[in-house]
Amino acid sequence: MIRMDDLLATTEGLRPDDLDRWIGAALVTPHDEAGMSLFTAPACARVQLLCTLRYTLEIEEDTLPVVLSLMDQLYATRAELRALAAAVAGQEVSVQQSVLAALALRPGKVT
Amino acid sequence: MKDPYVTLGLPKTATDAQIKAAFKKLARKHHPDLRPDDKEAIARFKEISAANDLLKDPETRRRFDAGEIDAAGAETRAQRPQQPFYRDYAEGPGHAAQDGFADAATMEEFLARAFGGQRGGPREPLRARGQDVSYALPVAFLDAANGALRTITLQDGKTLQVTIPEGAEDRQMLRLKGQGMPGYNGGAPGDAYVELHIDPHAFFQRKDDNIHLDLPVTLQEAVLGARIDVPTVSGRVAMTIPKGSNTGTVLRLKDRGLRNRKSGQRGHQFLTLKVVLPAATEPDLVAFLEGWTPRYPDTSRKEMLK
Repeated sequence: MIRMDDLLATTEGLRPDDLDRWIGAALVTPHDEAGMSLFTAPACARVQLLCTLRYTLEIEEDTLPVVLSLMDQLYATRAELRALAAAVAGQEVSVQQSVLAALALRPGKVT
Repeated sequence: MKDPYVTLGLPKTATDAQIKAAFKKLARKHHPDLRPDDKEAIARFKEISAANDLLKDPETRRRFDAGEIDAAGAETRAQRPQQPFYRDYAEGPGHAAQDGFADAATMEEFLARAFGGQRGGPREPLRARGQDVSYALPVAFLDAANGALRTITLQDGKTLQVTIPEGAEDRQMLRLKGQGMPGYNGGAPGDAYVELHIDPHAFFQRKDDNIHLDLPVTLQEAVLGARIDVPTVSGRVAMTIPKGSNTGTVLRLKDRGLRNRKSGQRGHQFLTLKVVLPAATEPDLVAFLEGWTPRYPDTSRKEMLK
């Protein structure tokens, strides 16, 4: 975990007022420890992503929450898919094959 | 290290605005968080970023153009700290290192198979053998004894020819190779397993390779002996009831049982005689018995009454 000062110093192009606004809009949430804001590695990576979206890709400030929310939903879905895949991978081969066969038959399958 | 102009797809004369626009376009295409399954996206994005870092700064661009630094040298100079990407964390602690799963290969294969993906999956499509299927097939006693050819229709309308071997046993499993579910991506089909459920017979009872049968005989046949027709699993045959046979007498018909699957030898049929009285009253028999005094006293109940 690093402090906000260190995050600002090590993240190229990150402007303090932008970071304050992103925290205010709950786009990134630091840990609050004894009145000090601390950023975990995932939070730092999230700030880095916000910088790329805002500065490099020049996504509008108003659009930022929409893009981030969609990405969060995608990642959450992927995490669940992986958990499901892990659960299926732990089953007997016959069960795995049944699941695959059922998936192959699902409507609207993209091939 | 590639020429940064080539990386960004720009001529040497590109303006700052063109460099920025080219980088933005490529970043949008290759950013690892926008391509979470693409393992090469990180390397490509780094290359694009390095090219951009070199060219967006007028001083390093001038030195590169003048041949004072090469692309790799410039990259070393301008090297930024290892940039973490959000995707490395986004799917939770279990997925922290992209390859954090002990069985990542299995997982990726599963995902690729399940979702038809080129995305991060193995280069070779995974071939998998089809699933085995099993059925229970009711079989008449005599079909099992003599062997039979049966056609069964599966749920999907497919029909299967099943050869029931001579002397088939109850709960015997037949394997029909390749008659199960189709394979995946050209894998071999699974097998069909057919379990035989053999119906009991009204008269015949099976014990290993032998057939047992209770055979009713008349009083006359038992006392005087006779030549009679009896049923066997392979049709009726004539046999001799010896004179003086009694209820409980066991006769054997050699090689009239079931064929042993391994030895090929046939078992025997055992007939247990049951003396039966006439169905209706026979006045002559009654009259005879009324005037009959047995020469030898009967001792059958003696043991029971002691």
